[in-house]
Amino acid sequence: MTTRYSKDHEWVSLEGDIASIGITKHAAEQLGDVVFVELPDGGKSFAQGDDMAVVESVKAASDVYAPISGEIIDSNQVIVDDPAKVNEDPEGAGWFVKIKVSKPEEFDELMDEAAYKDFIA
Amino acid sequence: MTDQAQTSPLRFLPLHEWHMRLGGKMVPFAGYEMPVQYPLGVMKEHTHVREKAGLFDVSHMGQAWLSLKEGIGEDGAHEKIAAALETLVPGEIQKLKPGRIRYSVLLNDQGGVEDDLMITNPLGDDNRGRLFLVVNAAVKEQDFALLQAKLGGVADLTVWESRALLALQGPQAAKILAGLVPDVANMPFMSMLEADIFDSKAMISRCGYTGEDGFEISIAANKTEALAQYLLDHEEVAPIGLGARDSLRLEAGLCLYGHDMTPETTPVEANITFAIGKRRRQEGGFAGAEKILQQLRDGAPKLRVGIKPQGRAPAREGTEIQSLDGQTIGMVTSGGFGPTFGGPVAMGYVDEPHTESGTDVYLIIRGKPAPAKICDMPFVAQNYYRAKK
Repeated sequence: MTTRYSKDHEWVSLEGDIASIGITKHAAEQLGDVVFVELPDGGKSFAQGDDMAVVESVKAASDVYAPISGEIIDSNQVIVDDPAKVNEDPEGAGWFVKIKVSKPEEFDELMDEAAYKDFIA
Repeated sequence: MTDQAQTSPLRFLPLHEWHMRLGGKMVPFAGYEMPVQYPLGVMKEHTHVREKAGLFDVSHMGQAWLSLKEGIGEDGAHEKIAAALETLVPGEIQKLKPGRIRYSVLLNDQGGVEDDLMITNPLGDDNRGRLFLVVNAAVKEQDFALLQAKLGGVADLTVWESRALLALQGPQAAKILAGLVPDVANMPFMSMLEADIFDSKAMISRCGYTGEDGFEISIAANKTEALAQYLLDHEEVAPIGLGARDSLRLEAGLCLYGHDMTPETTPVEANITFAIGKRRRQEGGFAGAEKILQQLRDGAPKLRVGIKPQGRAPAREGTEIQSLDGQTIGMVTSGGFGPTFGGPVAMGYVDEPHTESGTDVYLIIRGKPAPAKICDMPFVAQNYYRAKK
């Protein structure tokens, strides 16, 4: 399993053709306390860059864009019921959705960890 | 407060470096660089104020003295300056006693609200004929220009540039500040006293913008850090940024000027008729009185109300409000998540006849109707100090 990062601060972990997606630790810190998460229903398809989910902190609402194209096969109800989980463990238990990837080549264009670290530095 | 375009460079608060040392995340606000949050984060800062005490730097706000041109200190001088100011505000100022504070609004000729402000009648006979004003940062220059233009014939307006303003808010605020100034313990809500602290003659007002008991302390700008550090050295005190200031006042049902109240809304529409004095309702004699008194008699066409989304999604400023049959009936002017309330809360304007508490409405959030109810405010009970009898 490898993890890559988008310029919009999502992480993507790819295992076979299934990608787990969430927001990065950096994004969670910038947002502050998350109080609301809206996730897409299973079966919905997104192209890379589409509005896919909504995350709101006390301060503001932000869109989460699909970092990779594909179809939603699972979404994390834990963060819908307890949005604070996004802050507690953004790159683990605070994952957003799992996607069946339709354009695997998009994954390779995302940043690796070193490049993302430079990007947010 | 309005979000004005930044044509001039940002101004810095006297405590700018201190905020930076505390890890404050600085953002532009009302022309100043201000801390929006500290490392604690908005949610915990909010809760800290409700449970203990929080320290806010509100030095961006405008502090000014309105003084009679002639006759300061004479018998009747207060009534004269109060009568002059009463031409622009609907509050009862003439009967405001020395050491007492009144919340009011500056009005335009259409009865719209140019700003909300605190008006204090200072202590001491030799101060008769002076009023101390605290106004919002974003509109302070235009407030001062309005006061000068309208009252310049009888009064002088002196902006107090050399002062800073700190707020200590929360259930433990009185106990903490009493360690420095014992007399604050029994001060009535909306009163002011003076105290020599840190080589400055400070004005301590029991008021605030959180719904909690607390104080606003006007002090010489160059003594602010000593006071701020003294207060912060108490373990019950945490520094609080603009983010929590906004969620606290929203839960308390208090208006944010420029959002929940504008030059296009009257104090009747804004649902703050408590700021219109009884005598003033009979006599009028203030800017926009005709419209405001007519609305008091007949009701206003729209009203600021509390709104409780029934789901979990917060409704932000600008969210359209619809009746159940899909007609547009208003707009959210402030909204977000209430950490103490434990869910989303909002306020906004709705047209008659949809203003009654309990009315079901829809909020159009990201294009979809979300059910909500009109409700009474505050969302969290106000916890102001009441003197023990």
